[in-house]
Amino acid sequence: MYRSHVLVCGGTGCTSSGSVQILKALQDEIDKNGLSSEVQVVKTGCFGLCALGPIMIVYPEGSFYSMVKVEDIPEIVSEHLLKGRIVKRLLYTETVTEEGIKSLNDTSFYKKQHRIALKNCGVINPECIDEYIGSCGYEALGKVLTEYTPDDVIKVITDSGLRGRGGGGFPTGIKWKLAKQNEADKKYVCCNADEGDPGAFMDRSILEGDPHVILEAMAIAGYAIGADMGYIYIRAEYPIAVKRLEIAIKQAREYGLLGKNIFGTDFSFDVDIRLGAGAFVCGEETALLSSIEGRRGEPRPRPPFPAQKGLFGKPTLLNNVETYANIPQIILNGADWFKSIGTEKSPGTKVFALGGNINNTGLVEIPMGTSMRTVIEEIGGGIPNGKKFKAAQTGGPSGGCIPAEHFDVPIDYDNLISLGSMMGSGGLIVMDEDNCMVDIAKFFLEFTVDESCGKCTPCRIGTKRLYEMLEKITEGQGTVEDLNKIEELCYYIKENSLCGLGQTAPNPVLSTLKYFRDEYVAHVTEKKCPAGVCKSLLSYVIIADACKGCTACARVCPVGAITGKVKEVHTIDQSKCIKCGACMEKCRFAAIIKE
Amino acid sequence: MKSLDELKAIREKMQSQIDLRSENEHASTRIVVGMATCGIAAGARTVLKALSDSIHEKKIENVIVTQTGCIGLCQYEPIVEVIEAGKDKVTYINMDEKKAQEIIEQHIIRGQIVNEYTINSKMSE
Repeated sequence: MYRSHVLVCGGTGCTSSGSVQILKALQDEIDKNGLSSEVQVVKTGCFGLCALGPIMIVYPEGSFYSMVKVEDIPEIVSEHLLKGRIVKRLLYTETVTEEGIKSLNDTSFYKKQHRIALKNCGVINPECIDEYIGSCGYEALGKVLTEYTPDDVIKVITDSGLRGRGGGGFPTGIKWKLAKQNEADKKYVCCNADEGDPGAFMDRSILEGDPHVILEAMAIAGYAIGADMGYIYIRAEYPIAVKRLEIAIKQAREYGLLGKNIFGTDFSFDVDIRLGAGAFVCGEETALLSSIEGRRGEPRPRPPFPAQKGLFGKPTLLNNVETYANIPQIILNGADWFKSIGTEKSPGTKVFALGGNINNTGLVEIPMGTSMRTVIEEIGGGIPNGKKFKAAQTGGPSGGCIPAEHFDVPIDYDNLISLGSMMGSGGLIVMDEDNCMVDIAKFFLEFTVDESCGKCTPCRIGTKRLYEMLEKITEGQGTVEDLNKIEELCYYIKENSLCGLGQTAPNPVLSTLKYFRDEYVAHVTEKKCPAGVCKSLLSYVIIADACKGCTACARVCPVGAITGKVKEVHTIDQSKCIKCGACMEKCRFAAIIKE
Repeated sequence: MKSLDELKAIREKMQSQIDLRSENEHASTRIVVGMATCGIAAGARTVLKALSDSIHEKKIENVIVTQTGCIGLCQYEPIVEVIEAGKDKVTYINMDEKKAQEIIEQHIIRGQIVNEYTINSKMSE
C-alpha cells in the first residue's frame, strides 16, 4: 500500500515541456530517499491546465505543483514527501490563499467544469488496465453483455440524447439504430481519431489519458449493432496516443476484454489501429473509410451512408473519440443522469481546447449551455495583458467567429450554428483587439486550400480563388466590389462542394464578413488595417519631436532602412522597410509608431 | 478473464488506490503524522507506514493519513494526531508501529480513545 501518490502529467503538452525528465528525476530521488515502497509515481494523461505544465499533483494532500522543473525535484521529495512540508512556492498560485491551501476543485479553472469524457484523464495511469478497472472500467461492457439486449443499449443511448461530438451533432442513438437495422454478414465499428482542426486536441488527450474507455465503448457499440471488428483511425502525428492505444489493446486482449467470448458470452470483438497520414479531409467519414481500406483518402457522395454501405461495403458505425468516451458513463449512470446535465437539446458536456489570446490555455470540459463569457473569463482566466476581447473562433476552419456582443449566448450545437459558427470538434481560439479578422479568415482559408483533396471543383478552385481575393485585400489592392464577389463565391462553394470540408470552408470568411465587415471595408477603402496586422497596409514612422538620435533603431534594422546622424532625427526609408517592427521594439523614447 | 466476478475482484483491489487520488470530501477523519527531522529521527516513518497499511488492510474508508511538519514537542515524537469532524483533536505521543496499529483498532474502528498514549496522560503525570 502506497501512502502517497505523485501524479505527473504525461500528455503531449507536458511531455514537450519536459515531464519525461521530471518523472525520471522524481523516481531517482524517491529511490535515493528510500521512499519507493511508500510513494507511488504515476504517469497520467492530461490535467487540462496545459499553460502551467509540467504539472504534478501529490495525494492525499492534493497539492498542485505547476511549471515544475527538474531542479525542483529534490526539494519536493525531501520537503513534501519526506517531511510533509508542502513546497508552497511551487504550488499553483491560485490555490495558495491567506486562509491556507485551497482545493484544486475550488479554483476558477476547475470549479465550473464537469468531467465526463475526461473523467480519468490526469487521474489514472493510462498504461495500466488495472487502474482503469479500479475506476469502474469495463463495468459498462459487463453490464450490457449480461443484462442488456442490443436494442436496450440503443434505447439508453437514444434516450440520453447524446449527439456526435466530432462536430456535426448528429444524434448518436439514431446512428447506432441505423447501423443495427442494416442486415449483413459482417459489420464494422470505427472510431474517428483523425483530429485535424488546428488548435483542437481533446481527442488526443482522451486517447493519451484514458485509452481503454474508447476500447470499451467500441465493444459496447459492436454488441449493439452486431459487429465483431473495430478500427481506430488515428493520425500518425499522435505518437503517444498511438503507443498507449497499442498497449491498451494488448492488455485488453490479455484480460479477454477484447477477443473471443468476452465475459463468457457469445459476443466476440476485436480492435485494430489504422494510421492516417494527417490529411484533414480524412476526418470526413467517407474519406476516412476509404483510407482504412487502403485507398486514396477522398470523400464520395452520400447516400449510401456508411450505416448502409461503409467499410469494405459493409454497414459501418463511425463515431468520434469524445462521443465514445461518454458511452460507458451513460450506460453506468443511465440516460436520465446524462440528460440532467447540459441543455434540453444538447445534453451532456463538451470538451473545449482553449487557445489563442487567453491566460489558461488548455483543455476544459463544461456542461452544454455554459456561456462563452464563463468559459473565457472565468475558466480561461481572461485575456492576457489587459487587452480587449474581440471574438472567439469555434469549429476551426469549418467554423466561424463569435463576436463580443454574443458573449453571453449559452454554448450548444444549435446556438452556435445560428450564430454562423459551429461546435466543430471543440477548438476555441480567443482573439483580442490586436487580431485582424481579415487575416484570421485568410489563415483558415490557407489551411483549407492546402487540405482540399481536389476531387470536386468548387472546393479545389473555389477556395483557391477565395484565398487570392483575401490576399488582395490584405495587400491593399482590394475594392468594395471584391467584398460582394467574395460573398457570392462563398455561397457557391458551400452549395456545390461534395463533402463537409468544402461545404464549411467559407464559414470563417462569411462569419468575419458578417460581424466585422467594417474591418474589411477599412482594408479596401481606406487601405488601413485597424488592428495593425497586415504588413502591406502599415508603415513605421519616426516622430521627429521624440527622436533623440540615439541610433539604436538604425543599428537594429536588418535591412539598413533607417538613416540619421548621432543626436539628430532619424528617418525610415519606406521603400526599403520590411516592416519587421524591430526598431519600434528597440526605441526607448517611443518615437517610432505604426500607422 | 471469463466472468464479471474476476473484473470485480480487480476493481476492489485497485479502488482504494484510485480513491486516494481524489480530493476526499467524505473523509471524516484525518490522521496526521509529524514528519519533521525530529519525528523522522524518532521513527515516524514506520508509524506512518503502519497506519496507512493498517487502514488499507482493514478496508477503512473515509480516513486519510497525511503528514505534517514539526508540531513543536520534539521530545514526544513520533506524534500522531487524530482529527475527527466535530470532535476535539486527539494527540498521541511516543508512537511506534504496535501502538499505531492499536490506535487504528481502538480509536478509529471502535471509537475509543487510547488514553494511555495521549499527550494529556503525560501532562497530568
